[in-house]
Amino acid sequence: MTDGAERPAARPRTVVVTGISGRLGRIVARRLHHELDWRIVGLDRRPMPGRPKDIEHHQVDLRSKKARDVFRAGEVDALIHLGVMHDPRARPAEIYSWNITGTTKLLEYCQAYRVPKAVLLSSANVYGPRPDNPQFLTEDAPLLAAQRFPQMRDLVEIDHLVSTFLWRAQSTETVILRPVHIVGPVHNAPSNYLRIQRPPVLLGFDPMVQLIHYQDIADAIVAALGPGRRGIYNIVGPGEVPLSAVLRELGREPVQIPHPVAKPILSLAFRLGVSSFPVAELDFIRYVCMVDGRRANAELGFRPRFGLRETIHAVDEPA
Amino acid sequence: MGLLDRLQQLRGAVPDDDIAGRTQALVVRGNEFGFDEFGASRDSLRGVLRVARWLYRHYFRASAFGVEHIPATGRVLFVANHSGQLPFDGLVIGAACFLEPPQPRLVRSMVEYFVPTVPFASYLFARWGQITGTPENCRRLLAAEEAVLVFPEGARGISKNFSKRYQLAEFGKGFLRLALEMRAPIVPIAVIGAEEQAPAINVKPLARLLGAPSFPVVPYPPFLPLVPLPVKYRLYFGEPIRMTGDPDDDDEVLDEKARSVKNRIQSMIQIGLREREHVFW
Repeated sequence: MTDGAERPAARPRTVVVTGISGRLGRIVARRLHHELDWRIVGLDRRPMPGRPKDIEHHQVDLRSKKARDVFRAGEVDALIHLGVMHDPRARPAEIYSWNITGTTKLLEYCQAYRVPKAVLLSSANVYGPRPDNPQFLTEDAPLLAAQRFPQMRDLVEIDHLVSTFLWRAQSTETVILRPVHIVGPVHNAPSNYLRIQRPPVLLGFDPMVQLIHYQDIADAIVAALGPGRRGIYNIVGPGEVPLSAVLRELGREPVQIPHPVAKPILSLAFRLGVSSFPVAELDFIRYVCMVDGRRANAELGFRPRFGLRETIHAVDEPA
Repeated sequence: MGLLDRLQQLRGAVPDDDIAGRTQALVVRGNEFGFDEFGASRDSLRGVLRVARWLYRHYFRASAFGVEHIPATGRVLFVANHSGQLPFDGLVIGAACFLEPPQPRLVRSMVEYFVPTVPFASYLFARWGQITGTPENCRRLLAAEEAVLVFPEGARGISKNFSKRYQLAEFGKGFLRLALEMRAPIVPIAVIGAEEQAPAINVKPLARLLGAPSFPVVPYPPFLPLVPLPVKYRLYFGEPIRMTGDPDDDDEVLDEKARSVKNRIQSMIQIGLREREHVFW
């Protein structure tokens, strides 16, 4: 990375990564470490077992004073916010407070301690799956996911918080990445779903879906860290395929459920602990929610490295 | 001559279209899984085009005029009159563009927003190349040099009463803006026959009660226009119209231009009606 760094080049640059203990967080941290040789500081309320020696880790709550100290002490060159909590089994009020207050605090620190770069990993799901969606949504489409999916409300609100910050805080170059379904040996809704041997599908529905390889996400984040880059970007993988083709490629045996009874059946299964499929997200396997990635391609120079088949099979990679 | 012989002879008169060969010749921008970005696939098309061909050649015994106006390549906006309660007119136009010209073309019609909520139709329409009718979708397909079919009369057209047959309902301006913006030629199409396939009246109070866009009733069992009458279809493809101007012009200017396309189709309809001798043959 040669760029217009205003500070002396002798000091290694520092990046703070929230949610570093998650699988995706660890992958991103490793990539940054290898490729950019930056000093990496992790913030997560979970421990980080098996952490490489030269990655710092602070096991703190983003809302606590200790998190502020990290920003106050070191000269932070960039923040990568991956720590959006989305656990269908946790208490909604707790998640909400964690997500919204945590993000607000992070943005405060960025402004107070003049962090030159902030990257939020949002999701293309914030637009929401809808029958009247155009096949490819652009970045200026309204974020309608919260309207029907209470579980998506936090992410939509965080995305809004950070977009406001993007326009308001001139001293921080802010980038919001809205990737399509990230698949790989990670714990998120799409990967978990694709790992089920007999996943539920809706009888008579087979929407087109977009997937992206988890390693490509690391590339997108690295691209977003480039100087001068700010804005909102959809991040799209290698192409579009029907959900059924993805499941066939993985050798899954989908269970067809008529949509009028899918809700009661799946919510019962969820409460009994038989399935971890969140009922509110049924529309994601019913309607399209695909995005147009041309802006990221033109402005960030982002292009996925992994093909469709490799991307699909990434869910079955060992962690 | 017995009836069976007569039927055999009729069968022989119908061209035996090479569905497999023609499907192979279609331009489908499929990825390694065989799907294009809207979910169309050659395999699904091959199946449905067999059915479409049967309807086109045998059930509706369609004839197409002005087929030379179907461009072999490049973006084009097909604009047609809409009628008949069920969108068989779209299917027949699609079949004509597939079967008649030397280079078959895949026609992508803009379908209503409710289609993706209907089980099976939701994905089958997509596999067959039909798209949700948003302007963004149309723009994207035209930019990819594809052929898009629009019915500017929309729901007003398809649900019109029998007494209003061959009288074009008001044209929306959306198609015109898209044609101007994308510099796509408009090929006007007059569909003769469809307007008699379901001589229905629309029972508005019932439609309101059911929350449906319309509730058509026909004067024969089963009283709902589920199966179209075997009318004879005649399709007239007109010379391409190249519109110029600003897509963001005043509504009056755009209205004027939309009206000129509408008048063109209306006059093609009049000629078609004058030329035919009977509704059914």
